[in-house]
Amino acid sequence: MKIHEYQGKALLKKYNVPIQDGYVVEDLSQVASTIENVRKDFNSDAVVVKAQIHAGGRGMGGGVKYSPSPESALENATNILGMDLITHQTGPNGQKVRKLYITEALDIEEEFYVAITLDRSTGKDVFMVSTEGGMDIEKVAEETPDKIVKEWVDPLLGIKSFQARKLAFGLGLTGDAFKTACKVFVNMYKCYTETDATIVEVNPLVLTDDGRIIALDAKFNFDGNAMYRQKEIAEMRDNFEEDPTELEASQFNLNYIKLDGNVGCMVNGAGLAMATMDIIKLAGGEPANFLDVGGAANVETVKNGFKIILKDENVKAIIINIFGGIVRCDRVANGVVQAVKELNLDVPVIVRLEGTNAIEAKQILADSGVAIIAADSIQDAATKAVNAALAI
Amino acid sequence: MSILVNKNSRVVVQGITGSEGSFHATQMLDYGTNIVAGVTPGKGGQTALDGRIPVYNSVEEAKNEAGADTSIIFVPPPFAAEAVIEASYAGMDLIVCITEGIPVQDMVKVKRVIDENGTRLIGPNCPGIITVDECKLGIMPGFICKKGNIGVISKSGTLTYEAIGQLVSNGMGQTTALGIGGDPIIGTDMRDALELFEADPETEGIVLIGEIGGPMEIEAARWAKENVTKPIVGFIAGQTAPPGRRMGHAGAIVSGGDDTAEAKMRIMKECGIDVCESVAEIGQKMKAALVQQTEAIA
Repeated sequence: MKIHEYQGKALLKKYNVPIQDGYVVEDLSQVASTIENVRKDFNSDAVVVKAQIHAGGRGMGGGVKYSPSPESALENATNILGMDLITHQTGPNGQKVRKLYITEALDIEEEFYVAITLDRSTGKDVFMVSTEGGMDIEKVAEETPDKIVKEWVDPLLGIKSFQARKLAFGLGLTGDAFKTACKVFVNMYKCYTETDATIVEVNPLVLTDDGRIIALDAKFNFDGNAMYRQKEIAEMRDNFEEDPTELEASQFNLNYIKLDGNVGCMVNGAGLAMATMDIIKLAGGEPANFLDVGGAANVETVKNGFKIILKDENVKAIIINIFGGIVRCDRVANGVVQAVKELNLDVPVIVRLEGTNAIEAKQILADSGVAIIAADSIQDAATKAVNAALAI
Repeated sequence: MSILVNKNSRVVVQGITGSEGSFHATQMLDYGTNIVAGVTPGKGGQTALDGRIPVYNSVEEAKNEAGADTSIIFVPPPFAAEAVIEASYAGMDLIVCITEGIPVQDMVKVKRVIDENGTRLIGPNCPGIITVDECKLGIMPGFICKKGNIGVISKSGTLTYEAIGQLVSNGMGQTTALGIGGDPIIGTDMRDALELFEADPETEGIVLIGEIGGPMEIEAARWAKENVTKPIVGFIAGQTAPPGRRMGHAGAIVSGGDDTAEAKMRIMKECGIDVCESVAEIGQKMKAALVQQTEAIA
């Protein structure tokens, strides 16, 4: 689960990490007063106007503007609030900007990259810092990996002082800035673990010309599995940032991701669902979605699955691929028959059911009288689905 | 022979009185798994599964009184990590954790503890392990398996079933099928599983099924190149998965960009693994690989 920059910074502030502070505004009529309050409360003549959307690349897309005067701030804010901000992560239609974060402006001496995430190879969290903040950090990692200092944290001990010192030394810091950075790193790690984050990335963390260490940005990602014990974080979810169909699917306990093709897919298990998408592509078609109906597929789940898939007008055929372990194929078959009848389905449905009670299931489909194309294997199902999609 | 479990494994079911636990324990018992005990804290002294299995308050008791040496866990996510740690400290030889949805932070600590204690863990969030006709520890449909000579390793549950189905329809049975789970932190990884199958004299070929994300397939492939003599047929799901709506750069820095299906398939091929482009080829490719292996020896 992702959150906005202003929410991430509020978390950091709570953990005593100094941030570039400011106020959030959603209403155009309150922009001018917000700018004034930021200038006054944070003692900053210039301000920065920052679009609050989850996608990265906001600056490049024109969603972050340094504004030296209140007039320019008002103009920038008016332009950005409500715009469809297009970045390399939003897709071609962009994401509507519903919130602005107006912050103090700072005189920057140096920019650093700082991040904590899980290293799956070692099974430990890794703390990474680099002097190459604000740069293309992935390129830095590839071409000059020694410019990224890494420390792996023992989960039973937490980050130790010597590790924080190593990170701060790695940034070439001295004096008070060094001491502050050490504290900041310890606090950031604490924030990361206590909020069940999977990523905390501050890019950049800056050294100001008056020697302060300050977080200019904050990207957080959280572990969905931990939300039961992170009520405060869970409440930060912004449904406007989610795809509406995916949101609806999640309310049905379905894991759905929309894609661009025309063959709709309903599968049990994420691995088999991906393999089904892959084989559709190999058969000459394009999958319209990823949909994992999970381990408890029954009449209701199948019906809801159809409803979700059919919201996508590109869908010209639907493939149902179930390998029943716990899932009983006869229940799935009943769901398919009921759904096809009730929803007046006019796209071809190709069904492959294997595993628990598959024989009974095939009988149910055969006896139902509804037009369903039966398939014997995953290959057979993919070929038939692609042919059906092309025929329309 | 087989790996990890057989008819002599003495199994304790943690969470045996819950709905998941009792349902699957019954299925396992019917398959022939030697379940000797259940654990539900506070219900010690009772019995489960229609009086067939004694229930204890702790794994330690189950070990001391019923001789349990292997644990399977069906405990809800908030308590599952501690259940693994309890089983580890009780000295279980093998722990299989089926539970889906354990927070990563919990698993990071679990991993540290089991590594320290030298405990073998399978999962979490996995379908478990089955040694055909001897012992089923998990939620796999046992009836689809046939006894034979192929070892199956998979991140995904239903893809494991798909692979088993194809092996059987191509006339090949299995020694053991192992679903290792797809979570970021798991106990037994692909490299460990390859090592176990390589050492098992009865296993003649190995099916290795991975997915996009994480470094495990590549680490396993590189290890296999130097250490595995048996033919391996590989598959990676997710060739058409959209590139993740990524957050920041930290993940890419750690993975180095080798976690796509394309990169994994390329590196696996370079390491001598027979990689399937299509999931439908798993059975045929394994069959062909065995013939080739036999001819090479002859």
